[in-house]
Order: sequence, then structure tokens, then C-alpha cells
Amino acid sequence: MYQRIIALLKKDILLELRQQHTFYGILLYIASTVYVLHLSMPDNPDADVWNSLFWVIQLFVCVNTVAKSFLQESRGRMLYFYTIASPVEFIIAKLLFNLLLMLLMSIVSLVLFYILLNNPVNDGFKFIGIVLLGGISLSLVFSVMSAIAAKAQHNAALIAILGFPVILPQLLLLMRLSKSAFQEVFREGAILQLAGLIGLLDLLVIVMAVILFPYLWKE
Amino acid sequence: MNKSWWKILSFVLLLYTVICGFLLDVPRLPILNETIRNLYFHVCMWFAMMILFIVSFVYSIKYLRGFDYRNDIFAHNFASVGCIMGILGYATGIIWVSVTWVTDQGQSLGSVLKEPKLIGAAIALLIYGAYFVLRGSFTDIDKRARISAVYNIFAFAMLFPSIWIIPRLVGSLHPGAPGSDSGNPALDKNDMDAGMRAVFYPAVIGWTLLGAWIATLRIRIELLRDKKLLHG
Repeated sequence: MYQRIIALLKKDILLELRQQHTFYGILLYIASTVYVLHLSMPDNPDADVWNSLFWVIQLFVCVNTVAKSFLQESRGRMLYFYTIASPVEFIIAKLLFNLLLMLLMSIVSLVLFYILLNNPVNDGFKFIGIVLLGGISLSLVFSVMSAIAAKAQHNAALIAILGFPVILPQLLLLMRLSKSAFQEVFREGAILQLAGLIGLLDLLVIVMAVILFPYLWKE
Repeated sequence: MNKSWWKILSFVLLLYTVICGFLLDVPRLPILNETIRNLYFHVCMWFAMMILFIVSFVYSIKYLRGFDYRNDIFAHNFASVGCIMGILGYATGIIWVSVTWVTDQGQSLGSVLKEPKLIGAAIALLIYGAYFVLRGSFTDIDKRARISAVYNIFAFAMLFPSIWIIPRLVGSLHPGAPGSDSGNPALDKNDMDAGMRAVFYPAVIGWTLLGAWIATLRIRIELLRDKKLLHG
């Protein structure tokens, strides 16, 4: 089982390395979005504005990064996977791949935010941790939404409609948590509690994905 | 008669709710005054909505277990009546807001809209809105039933933790929030006068049964319309 998951993951990574235009496309998407923000914002946005802008941009980056993961698989290729792997292996490989991709993109957009929209963050390491945690949550939820939307011929628009209300609570938690990396002082233990909650929700998404994906997969 | 007892019960309970809700004595608290009677309508709408969504969730699971098309009809009709209850909950809430928070407490529209319970309700309505959009994008009915059942289950499983979490996270104007007298954002029986409870609980049951009644009527219409599909 692990071998097949790793093989599927390897295939996705190889595909990404060979079709680099999609990868660079996303990088360019992040760069141009942050640049537009840089031009449209006043020079020193305060921490709260910076924080909410950052998470909104993360949301859209995630929709664009993860959206194609199921949409790009053609019908024929899905049939082929059907013969060689079980749905659980397939969804775990996809979740892992999207997670890695989204973590990378999170770092890229964080760096661009630091460069172009200056840096109001006090505790840099903590904020990176929160950003990575956010990247995980976003990529997991939108992978599942992408799997659902791929079945309806509509595409990226449907992912946003389906995913935004579902991700909203986690996004609120993340925005709240990331305030701890700015000035705001938190009650003892509150940070761990929030991070734990987000982690538990991630776990819930994984469990639901593993349970429900076999039903999406059958045609 | 043996099948319609709950419809009669619903009618009797709602009659009791309206008559006793408007005529019995209620405690008059500052700001709230007589508007507390809205509790018998506003809060019951949310109860009915949640219960109908739970029923819809259960039917979606039942659909995935046996792929019986009937269960899909049940699931989406309970969800749509749940949405109607949610919209009515908002409507009764607006009436309540306009004579308490806005006039007497001087809250701005922005702070009212960021209320945790409003956020939770908005998430629920957006999820079921997305559910209906998803349903609309299929032409094949089996595929539609299957995929939308998956979304219904997934979204519902994500919705409930968030309804428990968000109210504990942000300050609330609703009674029972952190910062007010009791720490429990859900219903606390000490929050309510005994005389009011005697009307409130029957009201919840009455409105929920009414919602179920509307849903079953819609289901029966659809079952008749798709009769050929189901038996043919």
C-alpha cells in the first residue's frame, strides 16, 4: 500500500517537473497578485490589514494551485488508475502531493509579502509555522473540493463555491492564531489550543476524504 | 389517523405557542422587554433548521449505503426546507435586532454581522446554497445523487465543529456568550424563566414538526413525479 502511494506521489511530482509551465504559472499568479496588492495598498499597511490580506491571498493561491489536481486527470487516465490502485491510496497520494505543493507556494507568497508589503511580523518563526499549518488545512480541504468539482464538468468556479463556506471556520481560526505572531498577547495555553483545534479539523478532513472518496471514484 | 398524529400534534403545539406565547406573562428585562416573546419564533427556527439538516445528512448516508434514489429525494428536500427555516430565522432575527441591539445598545451593522452565531448560520446557508448549485450542475441523476451526497456529508461534518468552536472564540451579543453571565454559548436552562420554558420547548417541537411536514409534502410530490423512474 505504501509503495503504491509513493509511486503515485512520485508520478505527480514527475509530472509537475516535466510540465513546468503549470508550476511557473502558479508562481507568476502569486507574484502578480502580490504585486497588484503592493501597488494598490498604502506604503505601510498595519498588521491587521496585512494579516487579513495575506490569508485571503493564500485562499486564492490555494484554489488555483490545488484546483487542477483532479481536473487535469483525463477520463482514460482515471480508468487506468482504477485498475492499478485503490481509491484510498489514490486520494492519500493526491492529498500528500497537494500538501507539498501548497507548502511550497505558502513560503513563496510569504517571502513576496515580506519583500513587497514590508514586514509587520514580530515573531517570524512562529508566523512561518502558522503559515505552514494554514497551507496544510487549505490544501486538504480544497483537494477534496477539487475531487468533487471534477465530477461536475464545471471547474474552478465550482471549487470556490463549494470550498469557501467549508474552509471559513479554519480560516477564521488561522487569522486569529496568526495575531499571536504580531503584537497581540494571548492567554497562557490559548495558542496551543487553537493550533490543536486546526490540527484536529485537518485530521477530520483526512478521515472524511478517505471514507468518502471511494464513492466519488466509482463511475 | 395513525400516520397523521404528528401533524395534528404540530398544529396543536403551534396553536399553543402562538396563543400562550403572546398572552402569558414574561419577565420584563431592560432592553428586551416584551420582545423576548420572539424567542418562541426566532430560536425555534434555528432548532428546526439544524434538526432538518441532521435529517438530510442521515438520508445522504443512507443513500450512499444502498444507492436508493428515494433517499436522495429525502435528503435534498429536508435540506431545502432547512434552508427556508434558516432564512426565516434570519428574518425573525432582523426584527429582534432592530428593536434591541441597534436601537438600545447602539450596535453598528458591522458588529451585528460579525456575531458568531450569525457567522455559523451564514456558513450553514452558504454550504447548502453550494449544495444546490452542485446538484444543478449535473444532468445524470445517479451521478448527481451520489456526488451531492458526498458533499452533503463532508460539508455537514465540517459545519458542526465550527458551530461549536466559533461561538467560543469571539465575543457575542447573544445571551450565553463568554463575557455575559454564563459561559456556555449553547442553551443553558438557567438562562430562561421557567414559565417561558413551558412555551419554548413545545414551540421547538411544533416548528420542527411543521418543517418535517412541509418536507414530506414536497417529497411526496417528487416521488409521484418520478414514479416511473422509481418503479419502471
